[in-house]
Amino acid sequence: MVHDHDFKGHLHGDNFQISLVSHSQITRLYSRFTSLDKGENGTLSREDFQRIPELAINPLGDRIINAFFPEGEDQVNFRGFMRTLAHFRPIEDNEKSKDVNGPEPLNSRSNKLHFAFRLYDLDKDDKISRDELLQVLRMMVGVNISDEQLGSIADRTIQEADQDGDSAISFTEFVKVLEKVDVEQKMSIRFLH
Amino acid sequence: MFLLLPFDSLIVNLLGISLTVLFTLLLVFIIVPAIFGVSFGIRKLYMKTLLKIFAWATLRMERGAKEKNHQLYKPYTNGIIAKDPTSLEEEIKEIRRSGSSKALDNTPEFELSDIFYFCRKGMETIMDDEVTKRFSAEELESWNLLSRTNYNFQYISLRLTVLWGLGVLIRYCFLLPLRIALAFTGISLLVVGTTMVGYLPNGRFKEFLSKHVHLMCYRICVRALTAIITYHDRKNRPRNGGICVANHTSPIDVIILASDGYYAMVGQVHGGLMGVIQRAMVRACPHVWFERSEVKDRHLVAKRLTEHVQDKSKLPILIFPEGTCINNTSVMMFKKGSFEIGATVYPVAIKYDPQFGDAFWNSSKYGMVTYLLRMMTSWAIVCSVWYLPPMTRETDEDAVQFANRVKAAIARQGGLVDLLWFVCRCLEFLFCPGLGSESC
Repeated sequence: MVHDHDFKGHLHGDNFQISLVSHSQITRLYSRFTSLDKGENGTLSREDFQRIPELAINPLGDRIINAFFPEGEDQVNFRGFMRTLAHFRPIEDNEKSKDVNGPEPLNSRSNKLHFAFRLYDLDKDDKISRDELLQVLRMMVGVNISDEQLGSIADRTIQEADQDGDSAISFTEFVKVLEKVDVEQKMSIRFLH
Repeated sequence: MFLLLPFDSLIVNLLGISLTVLFTLLLVFIIVPAIFGVSFGIRKLYMKTLLKIFAWATLRMERGAKEKNHQLYKPYTNGIIAKDPTSLEEEIKEIRRSGSSKALDNTPEFELSDIFYFCRKGMETIMDDEVTKRFSAEELESWNLLSRTNYNFQYISLRLTVLWGLGVLIRYCFLLPLRIALAFTGISLLVVGTTMVGYLPNGRFKEFLSKHVHLMCYRICVRALTAIITYHDRKNRPRNGGICVANHTSPIDVIILASDGYYAMVGQVHGGLMGVIQRAMVRACPHVWFERSEVKDRHLVAKRLTEHVQDKSKLPILIFPEGTCINNTSVMMFKKGSFEIGATVYPVAIKYDPQFGDAFWNSSKYGMVTYLLRMMTSWAIVCSVWYLPPMTRETDEDAVQFANRVKAAIARQGGLVDLLWFVCRCLEFLFCPGLGSESC
């Protein structure tokens, strides 16, 4: 049986926007969490994620899995799980409560972009270097393209985005390049109920 | 001091007779069919009876829960999120196809926002996918009278409790000893048989005998687990010079597959009973066992596997599962090397029916013996085996993509892809012999 106090205990004290997720949605995600948790110890490890077949064939699979785990840790509990998933709530839900003084919601446009930025930025130095860009490119396009071609694509991308001339893309430059892209729609997952 | 009770000798006689009868029954109904590979259909009948009992038990539970106003959760048959309708594999193919055109000015387009799609798809599949639905206690639609699967076992009615108690009695006092006896017979026959065959000179007769000894013993072990297996597409069974790759590799999977085909096993040398079995088996048939120290040396592993695969007269390889699951988080990036070796991969999907017993092996929680005991105290192991069409690596694929393609094919058919990383590593070795000292 799934009880209210299980969740309130996990989520108490966290950002108020997680509590905006409805009770039935939390129940379903908790059910999902437990079904992934084969070890039955209340936390997920990287193997638990890697067992999902579609995630295994996703080129960014490993990076996405890493996004769940805080720095240096190997286990994620339900609260951390929800926190990461909260980035993908549709932005319209925030219309219900506009708390100007509260912390910025996790699913704001800026935070969504930050999430994507972190997928590129492996060493967490707040810059996407040419090497990091090459790595992601290689993951996505496979082996068909030669190193030179890939290098030129990376160079072109950096050239277009780079404004302060450091041959790397900072977060502000990243946001600027994507200002016309409908981030809200592309990085949102809608619940059916 | 001896026979204090007047009818003690009677008891001894009865015991003797019943043991003899039991033994004869065992021999006739279980071992003889195993030798010849026929079946009396007893297990199927058993399964049907069990299903009827389970259905009754579930109805009773639901009625009881309604009376007491408890809530029984049903599985969520519709998805919980609105998914992007495009298929991930199609999209990947699209991106990669656009890069393979030869025209110089037709360089593939790439935007920083391209990752959004994969990111979202990944998140969607983490939240909800078709495949990873494990039946938790709340979601099990019918209760199979095992308290280990129904954590909320509450007292509903006297009849149900009695039934459950009867179930426990049957499973632990009747089925378990029977199964252990069978397992013992099977294993000792395997060790003795293969050792004896090992003394014969190499030749066709030896191979013939070896094959049948192996098959016979595995069939006995299958009966020891009361495994009811349905094979599909047997025309796609692995052939010589190929590799058999299955999902959910646990010791039981090996038994299930090896009882339907003659394989060369690959795995680590274990100590104890497993080691004895391994040493005996390798006398009759060229299995590939690695010492613990050898497994660390990737080149040695690769070399031996490659030699085996290239020899077309050798049996198809079946990779034996390992007990530990090493964390594999790095993304493999292989430079283009010389991919000369093309071994055919025969994917096999094994899907277990969770109603009769959960066959998942949590290797960090249970050792092998505990796991086997758990299996032997379940009602039965019902599974389906699909032999998928063979796959070979395409010229424009690297080893990781090929391994993922195989994974996807198996997942589509059988579901959960478990412990497959070890197999993928082996595939990587075979298809990237020029790996050298690149660290991954």
